[in-house]
Amino acid sequence: MFNTTDVIETIDMIEKEHLDIRTVTMGISLLPRIRESAEKTAEAVYERVVSRAKDLVLTADQLSREYGIPIVNKRVSVTPVSLITAAFPEKSALVALALDRAADTLGIDFLGGYSALVHKATADYESAFLSTIPEALASTRKLCSSVNVGSSRSGVNMDAVKRVGELIKETANLTKDGSGCAKFVAFCNAAEDNPFMAGAFHGVGEADCVINVGVSGPGVVQHALSFAPEADLTEAAELIKRTAFKITRAGQLVAKEAARRLGVPFGVVDLSLAPTPARGDSVAHILEELGLEVVGGHGTTAALAMLNDAVKKGGVMASSRVGGLSGAFIPVSEDIGMIEAAERGAISIDKLEAMTCVCSVGLDMIAIPGDTPASTISAILADEAAIGMVNNKTTAVRIIPAPGKKVGDTVNFGGLLGRAPVMPVHTGSAEKFISRGGILPAPIHSFKN
Amino acid sequence: MKAVVTVTGTDRKGIIAQVSTFLSAKDINILDISQTIMGDQFAMVMLVDATDCKEDFASLSAEAAEVGKKIGMTVRLQHEDIFNAMHTV
Repeated sequence: MFNTTDVIETIDMIEKEHLDIRTVTMGISLLPRIRESAEKTAEAVYERVVSRAKDLVLTADQLSREYGIPIVNKRVSVTPVSLITAAFPEKSALVALALDRAADTLGIDFLGGYSALVHKATADYESAFLSTIPEALASTRKLCSSVNVGSSRSGVNMDAVKRVGELIKETANLTKDGSGCAKFVAFCNAAEDNPFMAGAFHGVGEADCVINVGVSGPGVVQHALSFAPEADLTEAAELIKRTAFKITRAGQLVAKEAARRLGVPFGVVDLSLAPTPARGDSVAHILEELGLEVVGGHGTTAALAMLNDAVKKGGVMASSRVGGLSGAFIPVSEDIGMIEAAERGAISIDKLEAMTCVCSVGLDMIAIPGDTPASTISAILADEAAIGMVNNKTTAVRIIPAPGKKVGDTVNFGGLLGRAPVMPVHTGSAEKFISRGGILPAPIHSFKN
Repeated sequence: MKAVVTVTGTDRKGIIAQVSTFLSAKDINILDISQTIMGDQFAMVMLVDATDCKEDFASLSAEAAEVGKKIGMTVRLQHEDIFNAMHTV
């Protein structure tokens, strides 16, 4: 017989502390569907995605009911589209529309992979593809796009960094309040099996079709810590590890069972603690539970480093295969604690940048003034990419230069994307630096062979 | 297949009778019951065997939730694996 306390603990985690499976993401290779024209490729890609993922939503909903745990999002990630449309890149938008239509047909929440990997150089076909991103994001609803601009092995492609700053501005100007930028992320060291959006894509080294699962549960961690107000940080880390173990085990169970029922291989469980704008589902509040008056103050980076490490250590033990981004996410608009800290002016982009050195991703869901120059956005990305490159970790920038908005305004994205107070950026120009282009060379410790 | 039924809410008469009647009607065998009352809060955990039940488990869960609504309690029917996964190494 079960321990009643354990059973009730699980029920409370789900019903009171927002434990959920954030996403079941099916990765689908599009490589077998490249045809001789953009039109035929778009059609073939649509059929491929719809036939491969036809049972995804149904299966996830069934599992959710059987196990009694919410599965919040059902998603699909595909091979970076720049590779699929390399022979006719300027017509890539046809594939974008086909993918968005497939997402609608399937009833999934997001489809990621309108992406290009240009970390070493931008080929001509990739350059043409990049130019299609703003229009593709503006003309679709569920499609997400990403660009990998650097890696620890190859350095940072500063020409691509420059271009991405421009693309973010264009996307912002084409969509209401710049909301299209919420569906676009630029990476250094992008993960090929990441199930989270906007950065999910299906890497070329992956299986033909695969199931990756992302868990969540910051509320559960915060709740556990709230019972140990006097614990020292060693004990707090142990508590987080034990909690992360339980959360991840739920993800592992759902991932294995979803893969079995759908008849595709199980890929990875991504151990990330993903917040939502709901109260009681905040990573910022975990840090405050650890003893910070407000997230963003001194001590935040240390607290986050401990949290991130403990989540990984607890999670790794709980899953047979771990991957993706795996750590704590610190989006501003998607985390009520972050939103409130930003509204009080307690957290700055500089502090967020420092925090990205020790957690799983990067500057995420940050609204900045609409008149921020493209070169400043590129420079923000260059800083993040440099952190990722030198520290052998994934970093990213998902930033929204909200048109017409200034510091003090708020941008409302709705749903899981939340609301973002417009945060100030430094006004010193990086125009000259960014316009130099070239490659930021890889660090010496990249030569490991 | 084994499942866990949990019933929580304000204590009242006939809770076990109603839930057991539902389970019996669905050909589900009760293997173990444990219950506690804290103040006026009732919490019951049942381990059940649903091997003979021919219904789809997901819809069975939904029906169990409906029974809960009728008696003013929260009734959940969940596959045992979620608890095994989270609480055993």
